[in-house]
Amino acid sequence: MTTLEQNNKDETLLRPVNPVGIVGYGAYVPRYRIEATEISRMWTGGKGGVPIKEKAVNGLDEDVTTMSIEAARNAVNRSQVNPHDIRAVWVGSESHPYAVKPTSTIVAEAIGAVPNTQAADWEFACKAGTEAMQAGIGLVGSGMGKYALSIGMDTAQGRPGDALEYTAAAGGAAIMLGPAAEAAVVINASFSYVSDTPDFWRRAHAQYPSHGDRFTGEPAYFKHVIGASETLMEKMGRTAADYRWVVFHQPNAKFPMRAAKMLGFQPEQYEAGLLSPRIGNTYSGAAMIGLTAILDVAQAGDRILMVSYGSGAGSDAFDLEVTEKIDEIRDRAAKTEDYIARRKLIDYATYARFRDKLKG
Amino acid sequence: MQVAKHWRMKAQRYYMGQDGVAPATTTQQNAEDFQFNGRGEIYSYSTVYDAPAGYEGQAPYTVALVKLQEGPLVTAQLTDIDEDELRIGLPVEMTTRKLLTEGEEGMIVYGYKFRPSF
Repeated sequence: MTTLEQNNKDETLLRPVNPVGIVGYGAYVPRYRIEATEISRMWTGGKGGVPIKEKAVNGLDEDVTTMSIEAARNAVNRSQVNPHDIRAVWVGSESHPYAVKPTSTIVAEAIGAVPNTQAADWEFACKAGTEAMQAGIGLVGSGMGKYALSIGMDTAQGRPGDALEYTAAAGGAAIMLGPAAEAAVVINASFSYVSDTPDFWRRAHAQYPSHGDRFTGEPAYFKHVIGASETLMEKMGRTAADYRWVVFHQPNAKFPMRAAKMLGFQPEQYEAGLLSPRIGNTYSGAAMIGLTAILDVAQAGDRILMVSYGSGAGSDAFDLEVTEKIDEIRDRAAKTEDYIARRKLIDYATYARFRDKLKG
Repeated sequence: MQVAKHWRMKAQRYYMGQDGVAPATTTQQNAEDFQFNGRGEIYSYSTVYDAPAGYEGQAPYTVALVKLQEGPLVTAQLTDIDEDELRIGLPVEMTTRKLLTEGEEGMIVYGYKFRPSF
């Protein structure tokens, strides 16, 4: 019996009955950027250290719905799937525009997937998007539906002056899941690792989240990211050297770089997917948009490790393998770096207006 | 509250299709579905500084006549554009954005706008 066959008998990893893969993907980053030094100028006289260079900010007429629609259209265009064959449109976010009324029905309508589809909004802090991917793998892998569209998208909230204001950003990605035989990326296995950890939360009706400062590091981000990664890699019989690329949830630049080092990854493995220094923490979108940037440059045969993290807390880890179909689908939509290059700097006053921080 | 009107118009707002003029009602029974590719150029434009009710929060903004590649002219708001980029003939593409929000508790209306082509 080969290692893979043994692993297939092991029930630790999540594997569907039918193999599933990524048949299309799409990113979205809004046009506006605010530099971290501009936020520092406001609150520390420019004397504080900053965790990233700049973050992406949504415009006045953008929210998770509009941003999800654009990422979803990119994923549909890359996959060339008939929207009527999409059997689930699932949007993971912690900034859904409505408290009650699904973002996902609006996205499904806008891409032409209605009415023969499931639609629901997912919430798990920053891993709501990869949770929607896990569910999509289950839906497609069980044969219930041929395609599922899983989206991670946020317009993250940061209290003025809080440490999170430097990084809380807007952006995300859509992943079209389908049969592995048609896929540009095969999902070999995934693994989820969760525990009740109060590192970051936002109560109902609260405008801004609260967090446990340094508590967000060791017992939260690192415990779950490393725990999920190590289990997945061990059960797959892989080491860091077996992956060409790795992408982690990226609340700042430091955490994912340290996680990579702890697991034995080198900078050339994580740099393509590490977008937080240039766009900030896109919360539910962060790991997934990092993956889209990797897929824009990956080659057939490359293995990718993607690990998300959501406060509260948990991580989803995915073992992915790129197929030769990647070259066929890559140029059918705008690339992630195209969106990052489309950049308009704004000052704090404009940012305050765009983010509805001005009260009349 | 204009929920019914916004709901009837959703096909046009999202797809810019289905003739783009008449609401999606029984008057369209003989019409064929047609979806524009969403690309065109600015035919003419004007910037609004004194915005009508519901749009005050977005002012100043620019409204344009966009000549679609398929021929028709449509009126729409421009977005993701700076004043110095505005010119007749600028290639633009359709994007779905928030058109207006009915106060703190009302519905959010989404629809098409145009931005400079990627």
